[in-house]
Amino acid sequence: MLTMLPPLLIDIVGIVAAFLLMFGLWRMSSPVTAPAGIKVAGIGMVAAVAASFLYVFNISPAAHPHLPVNLALAGIALAVGGGLAWWGGRKVAMTAMPQMVALYNGMGGGAAGAIAAMELFGNHARGVTQLGVTLLGAIIGAVSLSGSLIAWAKLQGVLNKPLRIKGQQIINAVVMLATLAVGFYILFIVQSGTVPVLSLQALICLFFGCAMLFGILMTLPIGGADMPVVISIYNAFTGLAVGLEGFVLQTPALMIAGMLVGAAGILLTLLMAKAMNRSVSNVLFTNFGDVVKQKQGAIKGSLKPTAAGDAGIAMRYAGSVIIVPGYGLAAAQGQQKLYEFVKLLIAAGVKVRFAVHPVAGRMPGQMDVLLAEAGVPYDLIFQLEDINDDFAATDIVLVIGANDVVNPSARSDKSSPIFGMPILNADKAKQVYVVKRGEGKGYAGIVNPLFYADNCNMVYGDAQAVMVEMIEAVRGLGLSAAA
Amino acid sequence: MTIDGFVALYIFMLAAFAGWVIIGRVPAILHTPLMSGSNFVHGIVVIGGLYALLNASTGLEQGIGFIAVLLGAGNAAGGYAVTDRMLAMFQTSGHQPVHATHKGGAHRRKSTSPKKG
Repeated sequence: MLTMLPPLLIDIVGIVAAFLLMFGLWRMSSPVTAPAGIKVAGIGMVAAVAASFLYVFNISPAAHPHLPVNLALAGIALAVGGGLAWWGGRKVAMTAMPQMVALYNGMGGGAAGAIAAMELFGNHARGVTQLGVTLLGAIIGAVSLSGSLIAWAKLQGVLNKPLRIKGQQIINAVVMLATLAVGFYILFIVQSGTVPVLSLQALICLFFGCAMLFGILMTLPIGGADMPVVISIYNAFTGLAVGLEGFVLQTPALMIAGMLVGAAGILLTLLMAKAMNRSVSNVLFTNFGDVVKQKQGAIKGSLKPTAAGDAGIAMRYAGSVIIVPGYGLAAAQGQQKLYEFVKLLIAAGVKVRFAVHPVAGRMPGQMDVLLAEAGVPYDLIFQLEDINDDFAATDIVLVIGANDVVNPSARSDKSSPIFGMPILNADKAKQVYVVKRGEGKGYAGIVNPLFYADNCNMVYGDAQAVMVEMIEAVRGLGLSAAA
Repeated sequence: MTIDGFVALYIFMLAAFAGWVIIGRVPAILHTPLMSGSNFVHGIVVIGGLYALLNASTGLEQGIGFIAVLLGAGNAAGGYAVTDRMLAMFQTSGHQPVHATHKGGAHRRKSTSPKKG
Protein backbone atom coordinates (compact mmCIF):
# COMPACT_ATOMS: atom_id res chain seq x y z
CA MET A 1 0.00 0.00 0.00
CA LEU A 2 2.75 2.37 0.98
CA THR A 3 4.57 1.81 -2.31
CA MET A 4 1.36 2.19 -4.30
CA LEU A 5 0.53 5.64 -3.04
CA PRO A 6 3.47 7.69 -4.38
CA PRO A 7 3.05 6.55 -8.02
CA LEU A 8 -0.66 7.31 -7.78
CA LEU A 9 0.09 10.78 -6.47
CA ILE A 10 2.68 11.33 -9.21
CA ASP A 11 0.10 10.32 -11.82
CA ILE A 12 -2.54 12.63 -10.41
CA VAL A 13 -0.17 15.58 -10.26
CA GLY A 14 1.06 14.67 -13.75
CA ILE A 15 -2.44 14.91 -15.20
CA VAL A 16 -3.11 18.18 -13.41
CA ALA A 17 0.24 19.58 -14.56
CA ALA A 18 -0.37 18.57 -18.18
CA PHE A 19 -3.76 20.25 -18.04
CA LEU A 20 -2.36 23.43 -16.50
CA LEU A 21 0.42 23.66 -19.10
CA MET A 22 -2.08 23.30 -21.94
CA PHE A 23 -4.53 25.68 -20.31
CA GLY A 24 -1.75 28.22 -19.82
CA LEU A 25 -0.88 28.15 -23.52
CA TRP A 26 -4.57 28.32 -24.37
CA ARG A 27 -4.87 31.55 -22.37
CA MET A 28 -2.13 33.03 -24.54
CA SER A 29 -4.62 33.75 -27.28
CA SER A 30 -5.08 37.32 -26.05
CA PRO A 31 -2.76 39.86 -24.43
CA VAL A 32 -5.42 40.29 -21.74
CA THR A 33 -5.43 36.70 -20.51
CA ALA A 34 -1.85 35.74 -21.39
CA PRO A 35 -0.08 37.03 -18.23
CA ALA A 36 -2.38 34.95 -16.02
CA GLY A 37 -2.00 32.02 -18.41
CA ILE A 38 1.74 31.72 -18.04
CA LYS A 39 1.36 31.83 -14.25
CA VAL A 40 -1.09 28.94 -14.38
CA ALA A 41 1.39 26.99 -16.49
CA GLY A 42 4.13 27.88 -14.00
CA ILE A 43 2.11 26.43 -11.13
CA GLY A 44 1.68 23.23 -13.12
CA MET A 45 5.43 23.01 -13.69
CA VAL A 46 6.31 23.56 -10.03
CA ALA A 47 3.75 20.96 -8.95
CA ALA A 48 5.13 18.42 -11.41
CA VAL A 49 8.71 18.98 -10.26
CA ALA A 50 7.73 18.73 -6.58
CA ALA A 51 5.73 15.55 -7.15
CA SER A 52 8.57 13.90 -9.05
CA PHE A 53 10.52 13.69 -5.78
CA LEU A 54 7.92 11.16 -4.60
CA TYR A 55 9.67 8.84 -7.02
CA VAL A 56 12.26 8.15 -4.29
CA PHE A 57 9.85 5.54 -2.90
CA ASN A 58 9.91 3.54 -6.12
CA ILE A 59 13.50 3.62 -7.32
CA SER A 60 15.28 0.44 -8.30
CA PRO A 61 17.09 -1.48 -5.50
CA ALA A 62 20.43 -0.78 -7.18
CA ALA A 63 19.91 2.95 -6.74
CA HIS A 64 19.01 2.75 -3.03
CA PRO A 65 22.53 3.15 -1.61
CA HIS A 66 23.04 6.21 -3.82
CA LEU A 67 19.82 7.94 -2.86
CA PRO A 68 21.26 10.61 -0.52
CA VAL A 69 23.89 11.57 -3.11
CA ASN A 70 21.33 11.57 -5.92
CA LEU A 71 18.95 13.75 -3.93
CA ALA A 72 21.74 16.20 -3.18
CA LEU A 73 22.75 16.27 -6.86
CA ALA A 74 19.13 16.85 -7.88
CA GLY A 75 18.82 19.72 -5.42
CA ILE A 76 22.05 21.33 -6.61
CA ALA A 77 21.16 20.89 -10.29
CA LEU A 78 17.70 22.40 -9.80
CA ALA A 79 19.04 25.33 -7.81
CA VAL A 80 22.02 26.09 -10.05
CA GLY A 81 20.37 25.46 -13.44
CA GLY A 82 17.08 27.04 -12.50
CA GLY A 83 18.68 29.89 -10.59
CA LEU A 84 21.14 30.90 -13.29
CA ALA A 85 18.54 30.71 -16.06
CA TRP A 86 16.04 32.66 -13.98
CA TRP A 87 18.59 35.34 -13.27
CA GLY A 88 19.57 35.50 -16.95
CA GLY A 89 15.94 35.64 -18.04
CA ARG A 90 15.13 38.50 -15.69
CA LYS A 91 18.17 40.48 -16.76
CA VAL A 92 18.31 39.97 -20.53
CA ALA A 93 17.52 42.92 -22.78
CA MET A 94 14.40 42.54 -24.91
CA THR A 95 16.52 42.98 -28.04
CA ALA A 96 18.52 39.89 -27.04
CA MET A 97 15.40 37.77 -26.59
CA PRO A 98 15.87 35.56 -29.69
CA GLN A 99 19.26 34.28 -28.62
CA MET A 100 18.01 33.76 -25.06
CA VAL A 101 15.12 31.63 -26.33
CA ALA A 102 17.61 29.72 -28.50
CA LEU A 103 19.78 29.10 -25.45
CA TYR A 104 16.92 27.86 -23.24
CA ASN A 105 15.73 25.72 -26.10
CA GLY A 106 19.17 24.16 -26.52
CA MET A 107 19.13 23.34 -22.80
CA GLY A 108 15.84 21.48 -23.21
CA GLY A 109 17.22 19.54 -26.17
CA GLY A 110 20.35 18.75 -24.16
CA ALA A 111 18.27 17.51 -21.24
CA ALA A 112 16.27 15.21 -23.53
CA GLY A 113 19.52 13.97 -25.07
CA ALA A 114 21.01 13.35 -21.63
CA ILE A 115 17.97 11.32 -20.57
CA ALA A 116 18.35 9.24 -23.71
CA ALA A 117 22.06 8.79 -22.96
CA MET A 118 21.25 7.45 -19.48
CA GLU A 119 18.77 4.98 -20.91
CA LEU A 120 21.35 3.83 -23.44
CA PHE A 121 24.35 3.63 -21.10
CA GLY A 122 22.29 1.95 -18.40
CA ASN A 123 20.71 -0.35 -21.00
CA HIS A 124 17.32 0.29 -19.43
CA ALA A 125 15.26 0.26 -22.61
CA ARG A 126 13.02 -2.73 -23.09
CA GLY A 127 12.16 -3.97 -26.53
CA VAL A 128 12.92 -2.71 -29.97
CA THR A 129 10.24 0.02 -29.93
CA GLN A 130 11.51 1.63 -26.75
CA LEU A 131 15.11 1.45 -27.88
CA GLY A 132 14.25 2.86 -31.29
CA VAL A 133 12.28 5.71 -29.75
CA THR A 134 15.13 6.41 -27.32
CA LEU A 135 17.57 6.66 -30.21
CA LEU A 136 15.25 8.85 -32.28
CA GLY A 137 14.67 11.19 -29.35
CA ALA A 138 18.42 11.25 -28.77
CA ILE A 139 19.16 12.33 -32.35
CA ILE A 140 16.51 15.08 -32.31
CA GLY A 141 17.55 16.30 -28.87
CA ALA A 142 21.26 16.35 -29.74
CA VAL A 143 20.66 18.18 -33.05
CA SER A 144 18.48 20.68 -31.20
CA LEU A 145 21.18 21.23 -28.57
CA SER A 146 24.11 21.87 -30.92
CA GLY A 147 21.99 23.67 -33.51
CA SER A 148 20.48 26.01 -30.92
CA LEU A 149 23.92 26.83 -29.58
CA ILE A 150 25.10 27.79 -33.09
CA ALA A 151 21.93 29.87 -33.55
CA TRP A 152 22.66 31.54 -30.23
CA ALA A 153 26.25 32.28 -31.28
CA LYS A 154 25.10 33.78 -34.56
CA LEU A 155 22.45 36.01 -33.00
CA GLN A 156 24.80 37.03 -30.23
CA GLY A 157 27.33 38.08 -32.86
CA VAL A 158 29.94 35.54 -31.78
CA LEU A 159 29.71 33.94 -35.21
CA ASN A 160 29.23 36.66 -37.75
CA LYS A 161 29.39 35.27 -41.24
CA PRO A 162 27.36 32.33 -42.45
CA LEU A 163 29.94 29.61 -43.01
CA ARG A 164 29.66 27.74 -46.26
CA ILE A 165 31.86 25.07 -47.69
CA LYS A 166 31.57 23.39 -51.05
CA GLY A 167 29.49 20.26 -51.00
CA GLN A 168 27.93 21.26 -47.70
CA GLN A 169 24.74 19.37 -48.43
CA ILE A 170 26.62 16.17 -49.28
CA ILE A 171 28.65 16.42 -46.08
CA ASN A 172 25.46 16.99 -44.07
CA ALA A 173 23.79 14.02 -45.69
CA VAL A 174 26.81 11.82 -44.98
CA VAL A 175 26.90 12.87 -41.32
CA MET A 176 23.16 12.22 -40.97
CA LEU A 177 23.49 8.81 -42.59
CA ALA A 178 26.43 8.01 -40.31
CA THR A 179 24.33 8.97 -37.28
CA LEU A 180 21.48 6.75 -38.44
CA ALA A 181 23.87 3.89 -39.25
CA VAL A 182 25.45 4.00 -35.79
CA GLY A 183 21.96 4.19 -34.29
CA PHE A 184 20.78 1.12 -36.16
CA TYR A 185 23.98 -0.70 -35.24
CA ILE A 186 23.37 0.03 -31.56
CA LEU A 187 19.80 -1.21 -31.97
CA PHE A 188 21.04 -4.38 -33.64
CA ILE A 189 23.72 -5.08 -31.03
CA VAL A 190 21.48 -4.57 -28.04
CA GLN A 191 18.68 -6.66 -29.53
CA SER A 192 20.78 -9.54 -30.80
CA GLY A 193 23.39 -9.52 -28.06
CA THR A 194 26.30 -9.80 -30.53
CA VAL A 195 29.67 -8.43 -29.59
CA PRO A 196 30.20 -5.02 -31.18
CA VAL A 197 33.35 -3.92 -33.02
CA LEU A 198 33.71 -1.07 -30.58
CA SER A 199 32.50 -1.12 -27.00
CA LEU A 200 28.86 -0.13 -26.62
CA GLN A 201 29.91 2.97 -24.68
CA ALA A 202 32.15 4.11 -27.51
CA LEU A 203 29.36 3.56 -30.01
CA ILE A 204 26.93 5.62 -27.95
CA CYS A 205 29.48 8.43 -27.72
CA LEU A 206 30.06 8.24 -31.48
CA PHE A 207 26.30 8.32 -32.01
CA PHE A 208 25.84 11.49 -29.97
CA GLY A 209 28.93 13.03 -31.51
CA CYS A 210 27.61 12.50 -35.06
CA ALA A 211 24.15 13.83 -34.17
CA MET A 212 25.59 16.97 -32.60
CA LEU A 213 27.97 17.49 -35.51
CA PHE A 214 24.96 17.32 -37.82
CA GLY A 215 23.21 20.02 -35.79
CA ILE A 216 26.27 22.25 -36.09
CA LEU A 217 26.77 21.67 -39.82
CA MET A 218 23.09 22.16 -40.55
CA THR A 219 22.95 25.54 -38.78
CA LEU A 220 26.30 27.07 -39.78
CA PRO A 221 25.40 27.99 -43.37
CA ILE A 222 22.08 29.61 -42.47
CA GLY A 223 22.14 33.40 -42.60
CA GLY A 224 21.06 35.68 -39.77
CA ALA A 225 17.85 36.72 -41.53
CA ASP A 226 16.58 33.16 -41.39
CA MET A 227 17.44 32.56 -37.74
CA PRO A 228 13.85 33.05 -36.48
CA VAL A 229 12.71 30.11 -38.56
CA VAL A 230 15.64 28.06 -37.31
CA ILE A 231 14.91 28.82 -33.65
CA SER A 232 11.30 27.84 -34.21
CA ILE A 233 12.31 24.57 -35.85
CA TYR A 234 14.62 23.68 -32.98
CA ASN A 235 11.85 24.59 -30.55
CA ALA A 236 9.66 22.03 -32.28
CA PHE A 237 12.57 19.54 -32.31
CA THR A 238 13.11 19.84 -28.58
CA GLY A 239 9.39 19.34 -28.04
CA LEU A 240 9.46 16.16 -30.13
CA ALA A 241 12.56 14.87 -28.32
CA VAL A 242 10.94 15.52 -24.94
CA GLY A 243 7.76 13.77 -26.05
CA LEU A 244 9.70 10.73 -27.28
CA GLU A 245 11.80 10.46 -24.13
CA GLY A 246 8.55 10.83 -22.17
CA PHE A 247 7.39 7.63 -23.85
CA VAL A 248 10.65 5.89 -22.95
CA LEU A 249 10.30 6.99 -19.32
CA GLN A 250 6.58 6.14 -19.41
CA THR A 251 5.67 9.66 -18.27
CA PRO A 252 2.49 10.93 -19.96
CA ALA A 253 3.02 14.54 -18.84
CA LEU A 254 6.25 14.65 -20.85
CA MET A 255 4.62 12.98 -23.83
CA ILE A 256 1.73 15.43 -23.87
CA ALA A 257 3.73 18.61 -23.22
CA GLY A 258 6.49 17.57 -25.62
CA MET A 259 4.25 16.63 -28.51
CA LEU A 260 2.09 19.71 -27.93
CA VAL A 261 5.13 21.93 -28.35
CA GLY A 262 6.34 19.82 -31.25
CA ALA A 263 3.14 20.42 -33.21
CA ALA A 264 2.90 24.05 -32.10
CA GLY A 265 6.48 24.66 -33.14
CA ILE A 266 5.91 23.16 -36.57
CA LEU A 267 2.83 25.35 -37.12
CA LEU A 268 4.67 28.44 -35.94
CA THR A 269 7.59 27.61 -38.24
CA LEU A 270 5.26 27.33 -41.24
CA LEU A 271 3.51 30.62 -40.38
CA MET A 272 6.84 32.36 -40.08
CA ALA A 273 8.29 30.93 -43.26
CA LYS A 274 5.15 32.08 -45.07
CA ALA A 275 5.52 35.60 -43.72
CA MET A 276 9.10 35.66 -44.99
CA ASN A 277 8.13 34.17 -48.33
CA ARG A 278 10.49 31.26 -47.74
CA SER A 279 9.74 27.60 -47.64
CA VAL A 280 11.17 25.73 -44.69
CA SER A 281 13.29 23.52 -46.93
CA ASN A 282 14.53 26.68 -48.61
CA VAL A 283 15.73 28.02 -45.29
CA LEU A 284 17.45 24.79 -44.35
CA PHE A 285 18.98 23.76 -47.62
CA THR A 286 19.68 26.89 -49.63
CA ASN A 287 21.59 29.91 -48.59
CA PHE A 288 19.83 33.24 -48.53
CA GLY A 289 22.92 35.29 -49.31
CA ASP A 290 23.51 33.45 -52.55
CA VAL A 291 20.46 34.69 -54.40
CA VAL A 292 21.07 38.31 -53.61
CA LYS A 293 24.09 38.78 -55.82
CA GLN A 294 22.07 38.81 -59.01
CA LYS A 295 21.60 42.08 -60.85
CA GLN A 296 18.70 44.29 -60.02
CA GLY A 297 16.72 46.50 -62.34
CA ALA A 298 17.78 50.13 -62.65
CA ILE A 299 16.16 52.38 -60.10
CA LYS A 300 14.41 55.58 -61.09
CA GLY A 301 14.45 58.69 -58.95
CA SER A 302 16.85 59.90 -56.34
CA LEU A 303 17.28 59.87 -52.60
CA LYS A 304 15.87 63.07 -51.12
CA PRO A 305 17.21 63.81 -47.65
CA THR A 306 15.24 66.05 -45.34
CA ALA A 307 15.70 67.38 -41.81
CA ALA A 308 14.24 65.47 -38.88
CA GLY A 309 12.54 68.56 -37.51
CA ASP A 310 10.71 69.25 -40.77
CA ALA A 311 9.45 65.68 -40.94
CA GLY A 312 8.30 65.91 -37.32
CA ILE A 313 6.34 69.08 -37.94
CA ALA A 314 4.76 67.62 -41.07
CA MET A 315 3.47 64.74 -39.01
CA ARG A 316 2.17 67.10 -36.33
CA TYR A 317 -0.11 68.69 -38.94
CA ALA A 318 -1.12 65.45 -40.65
CA GLY A 319 -4.50 63.84 -40.11
CA SER A 320 -3.25 60.28 -39.92
CA VAL A 321 0.16 58.74 -39.44
CA ILE A 322 1.23 55.10 -39.60
CA ILE A 323 4.56 54.17 -38.10
CA VAL A 324 6.44 51.17 -39.47
CA PRO A 325 9.11 50.21 -36.94
CA GLY A 326 11.96 47.84 -37.70
CA TYR A 327 14.90 46.35 -35.93
CA GLY A 328 16.99 49.48 -36.59
CA LEU A 329 14.75 51.30 -34.10
CA ALA A 330 15.50 48.78 -31.41
CA ALA A 331 19.20 48.73 -32.27
CA ALA A 332 19.27 52.50 -31.64
CA GLN A 333 17.18 52.08 -28.45
CA GLY A 334 14.74 54.58 -29.93
CA GLN A 335 11.41 53.03 -28.83
CA GLN A 336 10.96 55.21 -25.74
CA LYS A 337 11.59 58.43 -27.65
CA LEU A 338 9.38 57.25 -30.48
CA TYR A 339 6.49 56.68 -28.09
CA GLU A 340 7.12 60.08 -26.52
CA PHE A 341 6.81 61.59 -30.00
CA VAL A 342 3.67 59.55 -30.70
CA LYS A 343 2.09 60.83 -27.48
CA LEU A 344 2.74 64.39 -28.66
CA LEU A 345 1.07 63.63 -31.98
CA ILE A 346 -1.93 61.98 -30.31
CA ALA A 347 -2.28 64.96 -27.98
CA ALA A 348 -2.34 67.15 -31.06
CA GLY A 349 -5.20 65.13 -32.49
CA VAL A 350 -3.28 63.07 -35.05
CA LYS A 351 -4.49 59.52 -35.60
CA VAL A 352 -1.37 57.42 -35.01
CA ARG A 353 -1.06 53.69 -35.49
CA PHE A 354 1.83 51.25 -35.59
CA ALA A 355 2.08 48.71 -38.41
CA VAL A 356 4.18 45.72 -37.49
CA HIS A 357 5.36 43.22 -40.07
CA PRO A 358 5.24 39.60 -38.90
CA VAL A 359 9.00 39.26 -39.16
CA ALA A 360 9.99 42.72 -37.93
CA GLY A 361 12.83 42.26 -35.51
CA ARG A 362 14.96 39.18 -35.18
CA MET A 363 12.08 36.87 -34.38
CA PRO A 364 8.35 37.04 -35.11
CA GLY A 365 6.51 39.30 -32.76
CA GLN A 366 9.70 40.71 -31.28
CA MET A 367 8.82 44.22 -32.46
CA ASP A 368 5.50 43.98 -30.62
CA VAL A 369 7.35 43.12 -27.43
CA LEU A 370 9.84 45.95 -27.90
CA LEU A 371 7.03 48.45 -28.43
CA ALA A 372 5.15 47.09 -25.42
CA GLU A 373 8.31 47.45 -23.38
CA ALA A 374 8.42 51.14 -24.29
CA GLY A 375 4.84 51.47 -23.05
CA VAL A 376 3.03 51.54 -26.40
CA PRO A 377 -0.50 50.20 -25.76
CA TYR A 378 -1.16 47.12 -27.85
CA ASP A 379 -4.38 48.53 -29.27
CA LEU A 380 -2.28 50.99 -31.27
CA ILE A 381 -0.29 48.11 -32.76
CA PHE A 382 -1.68 46.57 -35.95
CA GLN A 383 -0.58 43.52 -37.88
CA LEU A 384 0.04 43.47 -41.62
CA GLU A 385 -3.29 42.01 -42.71
CA ASP A 386 -5.28 44.41 -40.53
CA ILE A 387 -3.71 47.64 -41.67
CA ASN A 388 -2.33 47.08 -45.15
CA ASP A 389 -5.41 48.46 -46.92
CA ASP A 390 -5.31 51.67 -44.87
CA PHE A 391 -1.97 52.91 -46.17
CA ALA A 392 -3.45 54.45 -49.32
CA ALA A 393 -5.71 56.68 -47.22
CA THR A 394 -2.94 57.70 -44.85
CA ASP A 395 -1.25 61.09 -44.93
CA ILE A 396 2.18 60.18 -43.68
CA VAL A 397 4.03 56.93 -43.10
CA LEU A 398 7.08 57.01 -40.88
CA VAL A 399 9.37 54.07 -41.62
CA ILE A 400 11.90 53.83 -38.86
CA GLY A 401 14.74 51.34 -38.92
CA ALA A 402 12.84 49.05 -41.28
CA ASN A 403 13.74 48.30 -44.86
CA ASP A 404 12.95 44.96 -46.50
CA VAL A 405 9.44 44.81 -45.04
CA VAL A 406 8.43 47.93 -47.02
CA ASN A 407 10.33 47.08 -50.20
CA PRO A 408 7.83 47.34 -53.08
CA SER A 409 10.00 45.18 -55.34
CA ALA A 410 8.58 42.25 -53.36
CA ARG A 411 5.33 43.01 -55.17
CA SER A 412 6.56 43.83 -58.65
CA ASP A 413 10.15 42.79 -59.36
CA LYS A 414 10.32 39.10 -60.23
CA SER A 415 14.11 39.12 -60.12
CA SER A 416 14.14 40.33 -56.52
CA PRO A 417 15.09 37.71 -53.95
CA ILE A 418 12.19 38.81 -51.78
CA PHE A 419 9.66 38.70 -54.62
CA GLY A 420 6.33 37.45 -53.30
CA MET A 421 7.03 38.26 -49.66
CA PRO A 422 4.05 40.02 -48.06
CA ILE A 423 5.09 43.62 -47.40
CA LEU A 424 3.57 46.65 -45.74
CA ASN A 425 2.24 48.98 -48.46
CA ALA A 426 4.00 52.05 -47.08
CA ASP A 427 4.73 53.30 -50.62
CA LYS A 428 1.00 53.84 -51.21
CA ALA A 429 0.71 56.58 -48.62
CA LYS A 430 0.68 60.23 -49.65
CA GLN A 431 4.05 60.93 -48.03
CA VAL A 432 6.70 58.62 -46.63
CA TYR A 433 9.57 59.49 -44.31
CA VAL A 434 12.27 56.91 -43.87
CA VAL A 435 14.55 57.20 -40.85
CA LYS A 436 17.80 55.40 -41.59
CA ARG A 437 21.31 55.46 -40.27
CA GLY A 438 22.83 55.85 -43.72
CA GLU A 439 22.45 54.80 -47.30
CA GLY A 440 23.22 51.16 -46.57
CA LYS A 441 21.08 48.23 -47.59
CA GLY A 442 18.77 46.23 -45.34
CA TYR A 443 19.38 42.99 -43.51
CA ALA A 444 18.81 41.02 -46.70
CA GLY A 445 21.14 43.30 -48.68
CA ILE A 446 18.59 44.42 -51.26
CA VAL A 447 18.10 47.87 -52.80
CA ASN A 448 14.77 49.44 -51.87
CA PRO A 449 13.05 51.43 -54.67
CA LEU A 450 10.71 53.00 -52.11
CA PHE A 451 13.55 55.23 -50.95
CA TYR A 452 13.85 56.67 -54.45
CA ALA A 453 10.13 57.22 -54.97
CA ASP A 454 8.69 60.71 -55.47
CA ASN A 455 6.62 60.62 -52.31
CA CYS A 456 9.53 59.53 -50.13
CA ASN A 457 12.03 61.56 -48.14
CA MET A 458 14.98 60.23 -46.20
CA VAL A 459 15.86 61.33 -42.68
CA TYR A 460 19.41 60.22 -42.00
CA GLY A 461 20.65 59.64 -38.50
CA ASP A 462 20.51 57.44 -35.45
CA ALA A 463 16.86 56.59 -34.77
CA GLN A 464 16.97 57.81 -31.19
CA ALA A 465 18.68 61.10 -32.09
CA VAL A 466 16.19 61.67 -34.92
CA MET A 467 13.26 61.12 -32.56
CA VAL A 468 14.70 63.64 -30.10
CA GLU A 469 14.96 66.20 -32.90
CA MET A 470 11.37 65.53 -33.96
CA ILE A 471 10.11 65.89 -30.40
CA GLU A 472 11.95 69.18 -29.98
CA ALA A 473 10.63 70.52 -33.28
CA VAL A 474 7.02 69.69 -32.40
CA ARG A 475 7.34 71.04 -28.84
CA GLY A 476 8.97 74.14 -30.30
CA LEU A 477 5.79 74.92 -32.14
CA GLY A 478 4.13 75.55 -28.83
CA LEU A 479 0.83 74.83 -30.44
CA SER A 480 0.16 71.24 -29.59
CA ALA A 481 -1.98 72.04 -26.55
CA ALA A 482 -4.38 74.05 -28.69
CA ALA A 483 -5.24 71.16 -30.96
CA MET B 1 0.87 2.42 -15.67
CA THR B 2 2.31 1.07 -18.87
CA ILE B 3 1.93 2.98 -22.09
CA ASP B 4 2.80 0.95 -25.11
CA GLY B 5 2.74 1.31 -28.86
CA PHE B 6 -0.72 2.36 -29.85
CA VAL B 7 -1.71 4.06 -26.62
CA ALA B 8 1.39 6.22 -27.04
CA LEU B 9 0.38 7.01 -30.60
CA TYR B 10 -3.08 8.06 -29.44
CA ILE B 11 -1.58 10.35 -26.81
CA PHE B 12 0.86 11.82 -29.33
CA MET B 13 -1.85 12.37 -31.92
CA LEU B 14 -4.22 14.13 -29.52
CA ALA B 15 -1.47 16.25 -28.00
CA ALA B 16 -0.20 17.27 -31.44
CA PHE B 17 -3.71 18.21 -32.50
CA ALA B 18 -4.22 20.22 -29.31
CA GLY B 19 -0.93 22.03 -29.88
CA TRP B 20 -1.85 22.87 -33.46
CA VAL B 21 -5.27 24.23 -32.47
CA ILE B 22 -4.02 26.16 -29.45
CA ILE B 23 -1.24 27.89 -31.33
CA GLY B 24 -3.44 28.64 -34.32
CA ARG B 25 -5.50 30.93 -32.08
CA VAL B 26 -2.60 33.06 -30.91
CA PRO B 27 -2.39 36.48 -32.59
CA ALA B 28 0.85 37.47 -34.31
CA ILE B 29 1.41 40.20 -31.74
CA LEU B 30 2.10 37.50 -29.14
CA HIS B 31 4.31 35.27 -31.27
CA THR B 32 7.51 36.00 -29.36
CA PRO B 33 6.01 35.28 -25.91
CA LEU B 34 4.33 32.28 -27.48
CA MET B 35 7.64 30.90 -28.67
CA SER B 36 9.28 31.41 -25.30
CA GLY B 37 6.12 30.10 -23.61
CA SER B 38 6.11 26.88 -25.59
CA ASN B 39 9.84 26.73 -24.92
CA PHE B 40 8.96 26.86 -21.22
CA VAL B 41 6.39 24.07 -21.62
CA HIS B 42 8.95 21.60 -22.94
CA GLY B 43 11.01 22.48 -19.88
CA ILE B 44 8.89 19.75 -18.26
CA VAL B 45 11.76 17.54 -19.45
CA VAL B 46 13.28 18.40 -16.07
CA ILE B 47 11.05 15.85 -14.35
CA GLY B 48 12.30 13.18 -16.75
CA GLY B 49 15.80 14.17 -15.73
CA LEU B 50 14.82 13.91 -12.05
CA TYR B 51 13.45 10.37 -12.50
CA ALA B 52 16.61 9.33 -14.26
CA LEU B 53 18.91 10.99 -11.71
CA LEU B 54 17.07 9.57 -8.68
CA ASN B 55 17.35 6.14 -10.24
CA ALA B 56 21.06 6.47 -11.01
CA SER B 57 23.31 3.78 -9.60
CA THR B 58 26.70 4.50 -11.18
CA GLY B 59 28.91 7.54 -11.26
CA LEU B 60 28.37 7.89 -15.01
CA GLU B 61 24.60 7.85 -14.60
CA GLN B 62 24.79 10.36 -11.79
CA GLY B 63 26.90 12.64 -13.94
CA ILE B 64 24.59 12.53 -16.97
CA GLY B 65 21.50 12.73 -14.76
CA PHE B 66 22.92 15.81 -13.08
CA ILE B 67 23.42 17.44 -16.49
CA ALA B 68 19.88 16.48 -17.53
CA VAL B 69 18.34 18.09 -14.45
CA LEU B 70 20.63 21.12 -14.69
CA LEU B 71 19.72 21.79 -18.33
CA GLY B 72 16.04 20.94 -17.87
CA ALA B 73 15.73 23.26 -14.88
CA GLY B 74 17.42 25.99 -16.90
CA ASN B 75 14.97 25.47 -19.74
CA ALA B 76 11.93 25.65 -17.46
CA ALA B 77 13.03 28.51 -15.21
CA GLY B 78 14.48 30.63 -18.00
CA GLY B 79 11.54 30.06 -20.31
CA TYR B 80 9.14 31.08 -17.58
CA ALA B 81 11.13 34.14 -16.54
CA VAL B 82 11.33 35.67 -20.02
CA THR B 83 7.73 34.84 -20.96
CA ASP B 84 6.31 36.29 -17.77
CA ARG B 85 8.44 39.41 -18.19
CA MET B 86 7.33 39.98 -21.77
CA LEU B 87 3.64 39.39 -21.14
CA ALA B 88 3.60 41.84 -18.25
CA MET B 89 4.59 44.58 -20.71
CA PHE B 90 1.50 44.35 -22.87
CA GLN B 91 -0.98 47.05 -21.88
CA THR B 92 -3.95 48.77 -23.46
CA SER B 93 -4.65 52.45 -23.70
CA GLY B 94 -8.29 51.55 -23.20
CA HIS B 95 -10.57 52.83 -20.49
CA GLN B 96 -11.53 49.46 -19.06
CA PRO B 97 -9.49 48.41 -16.02
CA VAL B 98 -6.27 46.72 -16.95
CA HIS B 99 -6.03 43.01 -16.22
CA ALA B 100 -4.28 42.05 -13.03
CA THR B 101 -0.63 42.12 -13.91
CA HIS B 102 1.90 42.18 -11.13
CA LYS B 103 4.51 44.87 -10.70
CA GLY B 104 4.37 46.03 -14.33
CA GLY B 105 0.72 46.88 -13.88
CA ALA B 106 1.10 50.63 -13.52
CA HIS B 107 -1.48 51.85 -15.96
CA ARG B 108 -0.08 54.41 -18.35
CA ARG B 109 -1.92 57.61 -18.84
CA LYS B 110 -3.81 57.78 -22.08
CA SER B 111 -2.12 60.91 -23.19
CA THR B 112 0.47 63.23 -21.88
CA SER B 113 -0.12 66.90 -22.10
CA PRO B 114 2.78 68.77 -23.61
CA LYS B 115 4.98 70.67 -21.23
CA LYS B 116 5.12 73.80 -23.29
CA GLY B 117 2.29 75.77 -24.70
